[in-house]
Amino acid sequence: MGAIITTENDEIQPKQSIGDRIFKAITLTSGILIIVLIVGFFIQLAWQAMPAIQKFGLGFLTSSAWDPVKEQYGAATSIYGTAVSTVIAMLIATPLAFVISLFLVELAPPIIGKIMSQALDLLAAIPSIIFGMWGLFVFVPFMQNYIQPFIANTLGLGSTPLFGGEKMGIGLMTGGIILALMILPFMSAVMRDVFRMVPSVIKESAYGAGATTWEVTKDVTLRYGIQGFMGAMFLGLGRAIGETMAILFVIGNTPQIKASLFSSGTTISSTLANNFAEADGIFQNVLFELGLILLVISFGVQVLAQLWLNKVRKSNGGGM
Amino acid sequence: MKRIIKGFMIASTVTAVGFLSGCGDNTNNTAKSDVVINGAGASFPAPVYRKWLYNYKQETGVTVNYQSVGSGAGIRQIKAKTVDFGATDKPLKKDELDQAGLIQFPMLMGGVVPVVNIPGIKKGELSLSGKTLGDIFLGKIKTWNDPAIIAENKTLKLPNLPITVVHRSDGSGTTWVFTNYLTKASKGWAEGPGTGKAIKWPVGLGGQKNPGVANSVLKIKGSIGYVEYTYATEANMSYTSMINKDGKTVSPSQDTFAAAGANADWDNAPGLYMVLTDQPGANSWPITGVTYILIHKEQPNAKLIKNMLDYFTWCYENGAKTANEMNYIAIPKVVVEKVKKQWATQIKK
Repeated sequence: MGAIITTENDEIQPKQSIGDRIFKAITLTSGILIIVLIVGFFIQLAWQAMPAIQKFGLGFLTSSAWDPVKEQYGAATSIYGTAVSTVIAMLIATPLAFVISLFLVELAPPIIGKIMSQALDLLAAIPSIIFGMWGLFVFVPFMQNYIQPFIANTLGLGSTPLFGGEKMGIGLMTGGIILALMILPFMSAVMRDVFRMVPSVIKESAYGAGATTWEVTKDVTLRYGIQGFMGAMFLGLGRAIGETMAILFVIGNTPQIKASLFSSGTTISSTLANNFAEADGIFQNVLFELGLILLVISFGVQVLAQLWLNKVRKSNGGGM
Repeated sequence: MKRIIKGFMIASTVTAVGFLSGCGDNTNNTAKSDVVINGAGASFPAPVYRKWLYNYKQETGVTVNYQSVGSGAGIRQIKAKTVDFGATDKPLKKDELDQAGLIQFPMLMGGVVPVVNIPGIKKGELSLSGKTLGDIFLGKIKTWNDPAIIAENKTLKLPNLPITVVHRSDGSGTTWVFTNYLTKASKGWAEGPGTGKAIKWPVGLGGQKNPGVANSVLKIKGSIGYVEYTYATEANMSYTSMINKDGKTVSPSQDTFAAAGANADWDNAPGLYMVLTDQPGANSWPITGVTYILIHKEQPNAKLIKNMLDYFTWCYENGAKTANEMNYIAIPKVVVEKVKKQWATQIKK
């Protein structure tokens, strides 16, 4: 079956059997399907959003108006909520995922590591709606009764604008934490797999040269796996930005921009989920435009991630 | 895409029906059993519709499908003719009906009730006028011992507790009925937020659907929200009484919802456009909603329209008991007669 090796001379083409050609055609069409889908999504969303784009123009992005009765809409509140909850989630999840995966790969006794690894994979498979429901019924009262009073009163941060206002349990901060919990297992699992791929012979030589665990981690494992580490971060980020069900129940769904992380807000995806079934007329076009904005943001994050990874690869070496 | 899905659904249902009748469930009218009626729309009456279509299938063998996708989606789908009937909680105005070639008729009534969480206040004890309720939801009245509330509840001991307003975060027919009432009863509300399935709320926090609002109200001391009556009774929440248009205090119940429907002026309702909020009558619950069915005037498929009207007639005649068990109210007989007259004169077969 086409076993002629052609590395030496490119002019000799291997003779392809029919099976190979069919296989190639199938894979090619499937590949093209991806391109068609992504382009199709952009075109369709832009098409449906057009009446709203024409009506509100660029001001839509910066306006915080949201009045369905008077048909005044703006995306600023949704973009703000998405950004804040995602940043909180990343700030919490990244260091935790790093430490967890490091423990599993470097420090945990084999049996414990194996059990915890299994648990991690199971956690990563929990549907996001479960996180949302758990968040509403268990975590929100916990935030309201313990964490928010602790931050505001015990730590004395209640008078600062960031942690002021009513303690209702729901809000941007709760949303961010739920998101963090949701992407944490996923990010840890990816990072664990990355760190596992660092060749043990390099680590062992570092240990042999007298390096401490921390030094090996910092100078060998992390340096070797930096791309995988960042890849895991961006995968988590991608999930957090578009997440709907986990955050819908705990964010409060109020289109407003307030400094306090305790105040309720809304995200792009939760605004869509809340309003789509009942929207008509220009309201529907507005929701499509929000969807387009979300797609552009996710797309932009992916492009930036790729660029940054390339830069890191050049400056840092790295094996993966 | 929808058409493909619908095609699949019809195909699979037809197969299922064929299979069932092949199994000897042939006691009923077999000629009817190859007809499938598809509907979509409002989620508010969906529990009753589902029970009805199940019972109807048992009795007659005719399959009716109902997708609870929301009123807005129901209107979109019937306009696009991807379903045979649509269902909406917000009636369409006559010109919109004419433009789309649709007729609408009421199918069920139900009540929306304010629910509160005030320590020491039991269900039905607190009574509010529409103006006061409007001022609370506008954020003008901030505590439960405000003079305006005390004036309407002289015998109650109301605490000095801040009010937290809870509203629906998703667009919904329940919100439409509630804000429609506030628009009629409170001048400040009419000039401010107005009526809509989703509106710009002056104060408060949003809960996801009825359970979300119920959950927030049960959790937050001093909160007030609004839910469908069924939710208030099932979650055992303390609802308020209302002071209605005639100045009488009424509690939410099937009787007071029915009174609102009976006291409405159906004779002067073009296209049967009727909103049952703030109706006259000593016993009328002021925040009552009607849910509607939408069908096309032009009905080329004679068999389908006959089956469909048979089904709706059955609902009017046999559905009341099921509806009452679920805290919904059937449409008064006088109105049903008007609906039947409308069918006879407006539907072109």
